[in-house]
Amino acid sequence: MSAVLFGVLAVLALVAALLVFSVGSMARATFALLASLVCAGGEVVVLGLPYLGLVTVLMMVMEMVVMAVFMVAYMMDPAGLTQMSMVHNKRGSLVISAGVFVALAAGILLVRWPERTGTRPADTTFQLGESLMGGQMLTMITLGFVLLATMVGATVLATRRGRYDRFGDDLDQRPARDPVGGGVGR
Amino acid sequence: MVDAAPWWSLFVAPALLPALAVFAVAADALLIAREAGRPAGVVTAGRRLLEVPRLLVAQPRRTPSSDTLLRRAGVVTVPVAAVLAVLVVPFGRRTVGDLSVGVVWFNAMEVLTWAGLWMSGWGQNAAFSLIGGYRYLAQGLAYELPLMFALISAATGAQSLRVGGVVAAQHGLWFAVWMPFAFAVFLTSVSAFSFLGPFSYPAGRDIAGGVLGDTSGADRLLLQAGRWLWLAAGAAMAVPLFLGGGAGPGPAPWAWSLLKTLAVLVALVCIQRRFPMVRADRYVEFAWVVLVPLAVLQALVPALVVLNR
Repeated sequence: MSAVLFGVLAVLALVAALLVFSVGSMARATFALLASLVCAGGEVVVLGLPYLGLVTVLMMVMEMVVMAVFMVAYMMDPAGLTQMSMVHNKRGSLVISAGVFVALAAGILLVRWPERTGTRPADTTFQLGESLMGGQMLTMITLGFVLLATMVGATVLATRRGRYDRFGDDLDQRPARDPVGGGVGR
Repeated sequence: MVDAAPWWSLFVAPALLPALAVFAVAADALLIAREAGRPAGVVTAGRRLLEVPRLLVAQPRRTPSSDTLLRRAGVVTVPVAAVLAVLVVPFGRRTVGDLSVGVVWFNAMEVLTWAGLWMSGWGQNAAFSLIGGYRYLAQGLAYELPLMFALISAATGAQSLRVGGVVAAQHGLWFAVWMPFAFAVFLTSVSAFSFLGPFSYPAGRDIAGGVLGDTSGADRLLLQAGRWLWLAAGAAMAVPLFLGGGAGPGPAPWAWSLLKTLAVLVALVCIQRRFPMVRADRYVEFAWVVLVPLAVLQALVPALVVLNR
């Protein structure tokens, strides 16, 4: 049963991934990619890691939808009224992708798979949390801070607004002169 | 405490949820009639439901060169995701799929609505419906983080992502009692992901109905049904998460589940009519500056309680 499901999801993921490069509009390409990633998330669930699989689906839906907004905003022809394509450098990309696919597929078939040692854990979510938050706690905390600092830093660098133009040279201008209205306290 | 139901329950859940949604629509119609000073009776509620056959037989209108594939996919996704979301919600002692990560499942299905609504807004190839789709995403970015922290609070308090486990952990004391802020945030977010009441910004009147604007016939019915199905699904999920599930003295657990769900649903419908529409840009600032820090603090409470246990 799960083997059949695995196969079906794998084929669907592959078909959707191919659609990304054959459809004519940015919106369709985005959601074809989303479909492929949702199938990949389903594979992870089938493999016995329900938490990781569902979080993949959850995160990818949010990420792809936000990506659709930005991609559509920056594309010259987002609606695909004239055909657009996600493929650039056709011959080169075809060679590279085929090569990677063959290498990975060959790896699956050629590598000697390790035998399972011990029994299958009852709750893989718990085990996952323990291995992430137990032994790797310091790594996770450091990663979290670095990621947050990156996001805040990137936003600060990208925005033209700063505290001086909002609060004045002495930071005593109340209320803040905000170019965007609404929100808290206004 | 909560067991998996037999296979045929897979067909009961999709039947029960629309019944709850119809109940909410009828309650909403009665409230409107009462506020307008019209007689509020069975006829009033029934007239609103006449919309269903009317939309089913209506001649569909089409916008030129619409993206039919994405529009259809989006329109179908909204109600289907709502039905899929309640598969993990226990009804009494039974649940259709007692997933070990039920809380995450509900959240993932809810986020699918983002994709669905944006696709249907985009697919119509009309400016206002596209703006409506964008508005839902902006609203989503506003309500999602507080909602996630509310879900995390309940899951932390129960030390389980299994919805049945969350119910079992409330033996004696409901989470709504000692996590009132998380409960309030969850209920607010239910309105937000159903884009109803104060959160009807994506389908606002100022953009001629937004995502609903250029839909007609069965498409419009599915989107409208999706909103109310999501409201019902959210109310149903609030019961196991914060109101002790089917626990209660006297009648059978399923009766308590139904009763509590109906109570939450009526409360949601009543409260919604009390508030004006909130713009997403205003709510996002409120959500990130006020709600998220408070929600993190709220999540800290069950974490400390569990650590000390």
